[in-house]
Amino acid sequence: MSGLRVLKPGPQSLLQDGGRLGWQHLGVSPAGPLDGHAAAWANHLLGNPWGTPLLEVALGDVELQAEVDTWVAVCGAQMPLSVDDQPQSLWTRLPLHKGQSLRMGFARRGQRAYLAVAGGFIAVPVLGSVSVQLREGMGQALQAGDLLACRAASFSRSASVPWPYVADYSCTPLLRVITGADAASFEEDQLQGFFAQTWQLSPHSDRMGARLVGEALQPPVRQWSLGVGRGAIQVPPDGQPIILQADHQTMGGYPLLGWLHPLDQGRLAQCPAHHSLRFTPISIGDAQTELREFYRFFGR
Amino acid sequence: MMRFEPAGAEALLLVLADQPDAQLPPRIALLAERIRTELGEVLTDLVPGWTSLLLHYDLMRTDHLQLAERLKPMLERWLAEPYVAEAGRLHELPIWYGGEDLGEVARLCQLSIAQVIELHTAVEYRVGAIGFAPGFAYLAELDARLALPRRATPRTAVPAGSLAIAERQTAIYPQRSPGGWHLIGSCPWPLFDVTQTPPCPLALGDRVRFRSIAERDFVGEGGRL
Repeated sequence: MSGLRVLKPGPQSLLQDGGRLGWQHLGVSPAGPLDGHAAAWANHLLGNPWGTPLLEVALGDVELQAEVDTWVAVCGAQMPLSVDDQPQSLWTRLPLHKGQSLRMGFARRGQRAYLAVAGGFIAVPVLGSVSVQLREGMGQALQAGDLLACRAASFSRSASVPWPYVADYSCTPLLRVITGADAASFEEDQLQGFFAQTWQLSPHSDRMGARLVGEALQPPVRQWSLGVGRGAIQVPPDGQPIILQADHQTMGGYPLLGWLHPLDQGRLAQCPAHHSLRFTPISIGDAQTELREFYRFFGR
Repeated sequence: MMRFEPAGAEALLLVLADQPDAQLPPRIALLAERIRTELGEVLTDLVPGWTSLLLHYDLMRTDHLQLAERLKPMLERWLAEPYVAEAGRLHELPIWYGGEDLGEVARLCQLSIAQVIELHTAVEYRVGAIGFAPGFAYLAELDARLALPRRATPRTAVPAGSLAIAERQTAIYPQRSPGGWHLIGSCPWPLFDVTQTPPCPLALGDRVRFRSIAERDFVGEGGRL
C-alpha cells in the first residue's frame, strides 16, 4: 500500500472518522473529529463521503512526503501550508505528487486542522471505527515513519470552500446552548449568571472536555449516573462548567445545565487556552432544523 | 416518576425510576433490548444509567417527539411487568486477593484480611451499569461492613485487572487507567477485548461471584504480577 510518509508527526495528530458509534453501552467513547465543520469541508472538497478517515492535526508542525500521486485538502486552524516550500491555500483541494513534501506549520489562529486525502486514509478499524482514542488505548497518535495509507487519485481542477463558510477563529465566539436536563433545578440567577458572564477556556481542557473558568455557579445536588452525550454542560461541585467533547465518557453524575449546539462544538474546539467565551440560549427546534440542513448538505 | 426528556438535539433520556433497586438493571437491559429490536434503525447508541436509558438517535430519521410517541406503548407494557423472569447470566471470576490496599481496607474496616476476603466473596453481585471506561462494570451491592469512601487522592494509574471497592460498590478496572477506588485484588481474565464478540463478557443485569485463588493460580490463569 502506498500513501503519505510521516516525516514530522506534530504534537498530537490523530486519525479520525465519523466516530465509534454503537458501543457506548459498554463504556466506549465515540471519539471523532473535535471540529466537525472543518472536517466535513475537508472531506467534501475531495468528494469523500461523510466520516471518511482524515487526520486531525493539533497545533500543526507536521511534515509528510507523498509516495503516491493524489489530492489533499486542509481545513480548520489557520497555519502555514506548503508543498515543496511553495505556499498553498487552506480550505482548498490541491494536487500532491509522488516525492513532494507537504508541510503544516504552527497554528496562528485556531487549534486543529483537518488533512483529508482523496478517497480517505486506509486503516484497520477497531470496533467499526478508525478514530484514535488515546485514553482508551484505541489506536495511537501519529509517529515519525508511519505511512498514512491511501490510493492514487486525481481531479481536473482545484476547488475551494465558499468564503462565508471559511471559519474565523479570532473573535470571541457566542456559543449557542439548548437548555434542559437539570436546568430547572438551578436557581434562576445561576442560569442567568451562566449566560451573562464571559468565561475563559481553561488550559486543562482536552479532547474529553472543555473546562470553563469564571465566577462559580452553584449546582444542584448530583444525581444517579446516567448516559451523557457530546456537548453536555456539566456543573461539578466547584461550579466551573465542563463541556463534553468528542472523547467524552459515556456516563456521568454531575448536574447538567444544557447542551452546546452541535454546530458550535467545532468553534469551541478551535479556541486556545484562556480564550474568552460567551453563551446564548437557542431552542431545540431551531438547533435541529439547522443541524438537519448541515447533515443534508454533507450527505450524512 | 417516569418521564421523557430531550438530551440535546440528538438524544432522548428516559427517566425510569427515582431510585436504583436490585430489579432495575435487568429490567432496563430488557427494555433496551426491546427498543434496539424495534427502533434500532433510527438509534445510534443506547446507554443505560442507574435509573435511566439514554437513546442517541439519528436526527435525519427521527426526532425526540416522534421517538417519544413510538416509545409510549413499549413503556406501558414494560411498566406492567415489574419483574424479570430471566435472572441474568452468572459469571464466576477468579481473584487473587493481594491488592495494594487490602491491608489498609482491613484496618479501616476493623477486620482481618481473611474476613475482608470472606465478606467480599460471600455476595452475588449485580451489574448495575457499565461506564467510566470500556468494560468498567459497576457491581452492587458490597457488604456494608466493607463500605469506604473513595480514596482522597485518586491514583493516576491503576493496573489492568485490579479489583476495587468504593462505598457500596465493587468493580474491576479492565484496562490501566486513573482510579480512586481501593484495590483489593486482581482478576487474571481480560474484561474488555476488542477482538472478542461481545468485547465485554459482562452485560447489564448479569450476576457476578468472586472466587479467591492463590497467587500461583492467578499466574497460571494468565494474570500478570
